[in-house]
Amino acid sequence: MSAPPNPGVPILEVKGTDVFYGASQILFGIDLAVARGQTMALLGRNGAGKSTTFKAIAGIAPPRRGQVLLSGAAVSGKAPYLVARAGIGYVPEDRQVFPEHTVEDNLIVGAKAGPRGDRHWTAERIYEVFPLLAGMRHRMAGRLSGGEQQMLTIARTLMGNPDILLLDEPSEGLAPIIVRAIGDLIRTLRGMSVTILIAEQNMHFCLGVATHATVIDKGQVVYSAGIDELRGNDAILQRYLAV
Amino acid sequence: MNLDVLAGCVATASCFVTQVSTGLIVGMLLFLVASGLSLIFGVLGVVNFAHGVFYMLGAYFAFAAYEATGSFVLALLAGAAGAGLVGIVFERFFMSRVYGKDLLMQLLVCYAAILICDDLVKIVFGADYKLMGMPEAFATAPVEVLGGFIPGYYIFMVGMALGIGAVLWLGINRTRLGKIIRALAINPQMVGALGINTRLLYAGVFGMGCVLAGTAGALAAPVRTLTPGMGLSVLIESFIVTVIGGMGSIPGALVAAILIGLTRAFGAIGFPLFTDGLMFALMGLVLILRPSGLLGARTA
Ligand SMILES: Nc1ncnc2c1ncn2[C@@H]1O[C@H](COP(=O)(O)OP(=O)(O)OP(=O)(O)O)[C@@H](O)[C@H]1O
Ligand SMILES: [Mg+2]
Repeated sequence: MSAPPNPGVPILEVKGTDVFYGASQILFGIDLAVARGQTMALLGRNGAGKSTTFKAIAGIAPPRRGQVLLSGAAVSGKAPYLVARAGIGYVPEDRQVFPEHTVEDNLIVGAKAGPRGDRHWTAERIYEVFPLLAGMRHRMAGRLSGGEQQMLTIARTLMGNPDILLLDEPSEGLAPIIVRAIGDLIRTLRGMSVTILIAEQNMHFCLGVATHATVIDKGQVVYSAGIDELRGNDAILQRYLAV
Repeated sequence: MNLDVLAGCVATASCFVTQVSTGLIVGMLLFLVASGLSLIFGVLGVVNFAHGVFYMLGAYFAFAAYEATGSFVLALLAGAAGAGLVGIVFERFFMSRVYGKDLLMQLLVCYAAILICDDLVKIVFGADYKLMGMPEAFATAPVEVLGGFIPGYYIFMVGMALGIGAVLWLGINRTRLGKIIRALAINPQMVGALGINTRLLYAGVFGMGCVLAGTAGALAAPVRTLTPGMGLSVLIESFIVTVIGGMGSIPGALVAAILIGLTRAFGAIGFPLFTDGLMFALMGLVLILRPSGLLGARTA
């Protein structure tokens, strides 16, 4: 992966972001920063605003106030496809594969050069990192299991060579053994220094894969720290994550 | 009814060949128009009720280019490109504003386009019939097959239509752009999140559908009389073709268009007063037996 400019600046920064759906305010001044190589968990209960934060970053729910910066350059206000081209790889919830495309064709649709013209991720490279997909490249994506579809959506977004990967609840609705496989995959990507932001309700899953955590509640950031610090903070765990 | 005459024609090689070739060229024109209609509906989810306009524009643009240059190749290109450009403008400025809106709104926008374009053609070309005439290259003796005569131009038209259909099918199924377009039809928001400019693609697909209609119009120009409003009957027949073949299926459109073409050609002999009725009867039959069309995806 070619290095983004400004090594000192976080890859992704969300600053004082307010988001409304119609008249109702969902996010209240969200602040978030993800540095290069980090795997940041965005934790919070059901309805806390995790998906909305992702949509604000991806340009789907544009913030009314505040800014989203990618390597220091504003992407807020841009159309979603321009945000993607700028280097944000958004993997929405619900595993939205193209069901009537083969696995390989899903990857082909996602293929694009990264923001600096790099094509680090190719289908062949994907198959090395996702050996499970290699064996099913000609299978219709709609016939894959939930876990396989989740891996495919991640792989498809990687094909666009993003600077940061946004994963919205990758463990949702999957059997524990499959969740473990997804966790392994995320750790593999982390080992390849892919920068990742994961939204999750599944705190145990996040403690296993993330390097940092930000907790949100009712549309506000209530806590942000390294993952070990969060692991030791029973008060936060009890209060916002109900463990 | 004239069943004796019909039986006589089917039994006579020369009459049979003539009617089949007539049916085929009707079918090929319908195939091109209907695949454009089907492409637009399949990807954008809107019915382009103004589709006949682009057939008409294709014919008139071809006519004008032929008058000006005498080149039939340029006439074909002018018909295809002209209809495509007008289609893109129509999509960007009008149709895109009613996506996802009430069907009645879409109908109204299209109906307005039909009235305005028909009148513009009247103003520019006059309300009277226009004849383009057969291009030099095809002013040869017809080819004799089994005692029947097929004009060389008919053979050219069938070849063109089949070639365009094959390129379209390959383009949609085998190229990266085609794969993106099929994905766009299913999940546009996801396609956008992958960095693809979906609005541009919508306009391109709409334009492509209009290019197909315009090409049909240009190909029809040497063998049809041109009148303002000539798109209407073609529109209705291509609706029937799309219903019979299955929305979104190019092979389906081909089979259905040939069926309709042959129904018209032979119906004109056997049931001269009921040819249109036959087409609707055929459509009704298909709708009862296979509601999703002959080759349409069996969903819902
Ligand atoms: N399209 C919408 N219109 C109005 N309100 C919405 C919309 N989408 C979400 N909300 C509301 O916004 C709040 C935050 O929703 P969001 O989906 O961001 O939460 P989340 O943290 O992702 O929750 P989950 O863990 O259930 O995915 C919720 O109260 C939800 O009801
Ligand atoms: Mg969510």
